[in-house]
Amino acid sequence: MTATEALSPFIAPLLGGLTLGAAAIWLLLSLGRVAGISGILWGVMQGPDRGWRVFFIIGLLVGGLIIHAVLGIAVPGQSSTPLLLVALSGLLVGLGTRIGGGCTSGHGVCGIGRLSVRSIVATATFMSTGVLTVFVIRHLIGGAI
Amino acid sequence: MKSWPALLSGLLFGMGLSLAGMTDPAKVQGFLDITGDWLPDLAFVMGGALLITMTLTPLILRRHAPLLASQFNLPALQSIDRRLISGSAIFGVGWGLSGYCPGPALVSVIYGYNTTLVFGIAMIAGMFGATLFNPKPRS
Repeated sequence: MTATEALSPFIAPLLGGLTLGAAAIWLLLSLGRVAGISGILWGVMQGPDRGWRVFFIIGLLVGGLIIHAVLGIAVPGQSSTPLLLVALSGLLVGLGTRIGGGCTSGHGVCGIGRLSVRSIVATATFMSTGVLTVFVIRHLIGGAI
Repeated sequence: MKSWPALLSGLLFGMGLSLAGMTDPAKVQGFLDITGDWLPDLAFVMGGALLITMTLTPLILRRHAPLLASQFNLPALQSIDRRLISGSAIFGVGWGLSGYCPGPALVSVIYGYNTTLVFGIAMIAGMFGATLFNPKPRS
């Protein structure tokens, strides 16, 4: 396998990551806002200043559509986790991101981008418990769920 | 506040997430599975995103104001407190459980799977549930 072949599976993730970074930078440069999805979604529901957040979320959905429907990139499968656990997962994600003040985008991409110590600590924390959770469900409980 | 810059940012963000494979929960769980069949995809996603944000954020923040708004609106909190740690820990457990975090989960609603719909509704319920733990409302 040549180096190019070995690296080709990672071109899409890298391009996607660069695009995410550009999206976050554009929002900061144009409106002075943080592109944290959990915070933006909460702002849509709670206000004030809903306007720009609604447009951001609309853009988010249309952006996904463009990649799959226009550029023809295959739609990924859904989570293999049982539906009841998916519901628990959603509940924990909603609860945790509000209490912790951000998610993968707000803390992980934007916060670390400004070298915020809070965001670095938050990201290390959710990465660790995420790793731990996958370890438990895949290797301790195994195929039980 | 102007809406079109937010629409553009959201558009790029949604394209980035989908292109990166972040909306594939198997890839996300594969990245978190460091003792099993580890999938490095997410490291490239984070690497690419941070390359941009870490390089350009300090330059942008040298400005007195953003291009199209009167001031920067950044989180003011500085302290590492119990809420930050416990909230992030809870979020990580939820993230690992299904492989969805808020951005990819929202984009995945367009795929029409019932799992992403259930996740989305539960996530919103969780967000409202979090207000029970708020001594004072957060903005």
